[in-house]
Amino acid sequence: MFGYILRRLAVAIPTLLLLIVFSFILMHAAPGGPFTRDREIPAQVLANLEAKYGLDDPLWKQILDYVWGIIRHFDFGPSFVYPDRSVNEIIAAGFPVTLTYGLLSFVLAVGVGVALGAAAAIRQNSWLDYLAVGISIGAQVLPNFVMAPILVLLFTLTLGWLPGGGWSFNNPDYWIMPVIALGTSYMASIARITRSSMLEVLSSNHIRTARAKGLPERRVIWKHAMKPALLPVISYLGPAFVSMITGSVVIDMYFSTGGIGKSFVDSALNRDYAVMMGVTILVGALTILFSLVVDIMYAWIDPKIRY
Amino acid sequence: MTMIEHDKIKGLSDRMAAEEVRGRSPWADARKRFMKNRAAMVALIVLVLIVIFAIFGLAFAEWDYESIDFMVMGSAATQGMPSLENGHYFGTDDLGRDIYARTVMGTRISLMVGTVGALVAVIVGTLYGATSGYIGGRTDQVMMRLVDILLSIPYMFVLILLLVIFGRRLEMLFLGIGLISWLEMSRIVRGQTLTLKNREFIEAARATGVPGWKIILRHIVPNLLGVVAVYATLLVPLMILTESFISFLGLGVQEPLTSWGALISEGAGTMRYGTIWQLGFPLGFFCVTLFALFFIGDGLRDALDPKDR
Repeated sequence: MFGYILRRLAVAIPTLLLLIVFSFILMHAAPGGPFTRDREIPAQVLANLEAKYGLDDPLWKQILDYVWGIIRHFDFGPSFVYPDRSVNEIIAAGFPVTLTYGLLSFVLAVGVGVALGAAAAIRQNSWLDYLAVGISIGAQVLPNFVMAPILVLLFTLTLGWLPGGGWSFNNPDYWIMPVIALGTSYMASIARITRSSMLEVLSSNHIRTARAKGLPERRVIWKHAMKPALLPVISYLGPAFVSMITGSVVIDMYFSTGGIGKSFVDSALNRDYAVMMGVTILVGALTILFSLVVDIMYAWIDPKIRY
Repeated sequence: MTMIEHDKIKGLSDRMAAEEVRGRSPWADARKRFMKNRAAMVALIVLVLIVIFAIFGLAFAEWDYESIDFMVMGSAATQGMPSLENGHYFGTDDLGRDIYARTVMGTRISLMVGTVGALVAVIVGTLYGATSGYIGGRTDQVMMRLVDILLSIPYMFVLILLLVIFGRRLEMLFLGIGLISWLEMSRIVRGQTLTLKNREFIEAARATGVPGWKIILRHIVPNLLGVVAVYATLLVPLMILTESFISFLGLGVQEPLTSWGALISEGAGTMRYGTIWQLGFPLGFFCVTLFALFFIGDGLRDALDPKDR
């Protein structure tokens, strides 16, 4: 097991480095530097600015400095647009918000999705099954950026129950719509995956054996069917996590929740490359870390995998 | 021994000859199965209608997609609602632009993005996956590890980075979406190639000295088409979703051009002033098209891969 984790890390770290180098080079390939403004800046000022941010060094040295800064102090450097704020500060301001509603909606998607899918499979062709299948088909075409306006239309403009945007850590009213908008389509996918894999497991030989030896149905499902049925769900969690992080950008923009997605889009519109890179790298690291965790979980649950 | 009756033999051979003519290819079989799938057929008809709408819709528009109707400009909530009288069938936005024409335009762009993304995926992904799987060994490992690495990058962020750096142009969007769309496809194709390449007909081709690239193009790729077709159909909606996502953030297609994502974004921004049609029409087209594409994809999968049920 330990060797397996090490081997996975041996791939993960170069991937991350590749991402850093790639985005760094992209940033430099951009026409116009970070200080290109509508108004011409005097050459001397520009040179001073570039010296301050180390932009007059050769490219390889800049990359090394940047990577070294991240490794040593977890420092993503200064923002190019807001000179008094570092990228770290900008990210630190938004990250807790993203994390709060992101985790909640992840838990919601997995919990409700698995429960709904499993229940649908166990009671195949009942009203519950049709409901679950209906929801999971419908939610396929309701990604976060479609869900968000629909929710606001319903709960804020029509019913007036929930605030249409903003964020407060103390008031869960602000959490509800972001969590639902972000989680729904993944909940549906998880329900669909769970349902089909549960159906397959329930018709397999070991379940027939378990039933034949007279185990109560509850025990058959919990002890023998659940674990193998969850394997495909687990391998879906990695991609789901990535697209949920991506989706948080929409949530931040639409609900003005102030998470890192907002900083990302703002920096994209301001051409604040340092912040864009910082967010991209952070998200990349999270993604890689998460898929590592998922793989380890998978290897741990599936007895067929030898690592 | 009785003599073999000539008539009977002749009759038999005739019947067999007729039988041979009616031989069915796997594709004909698949078509039949697909036609029987009512949901998929309805979805196909809906999709064809939407494509017709995208191509010929502007011919029926009384306004073009970027001109401003000064009669309703600034008072969309009270005067811009859908009406047949002033020619704004779907209403107007706050600038007085015709939503009908803009929806046609958005449908065009979104369908185009979806098709181009899927096309790149089909061409690049199939060739890459088939090559990797056919050659095997270390080459295969390196090629697939590269795909793994690219897949673990949060591509939406990189795509936005690309768009910001090289300008938010339509070509850049196509390129960016094309860059990511082929990854999953290449994995699927490789898996299929691995099972194909040890079959007898490939062995026969190799024994008669057919060069590797020719085997891949002439013998492996045609046998992959079923899987590729299914996956490509399912890829189109994903590409549309990606583009809409980016356009929703205002980072994709730029004004005055538009796409479903951009229209939904605009509509979602202004709906609190009561211009619900501005959200409703693009959203309706978006959802119906995605529905149709998903159903067609599912239908194709059932039709082309009867094992997978």
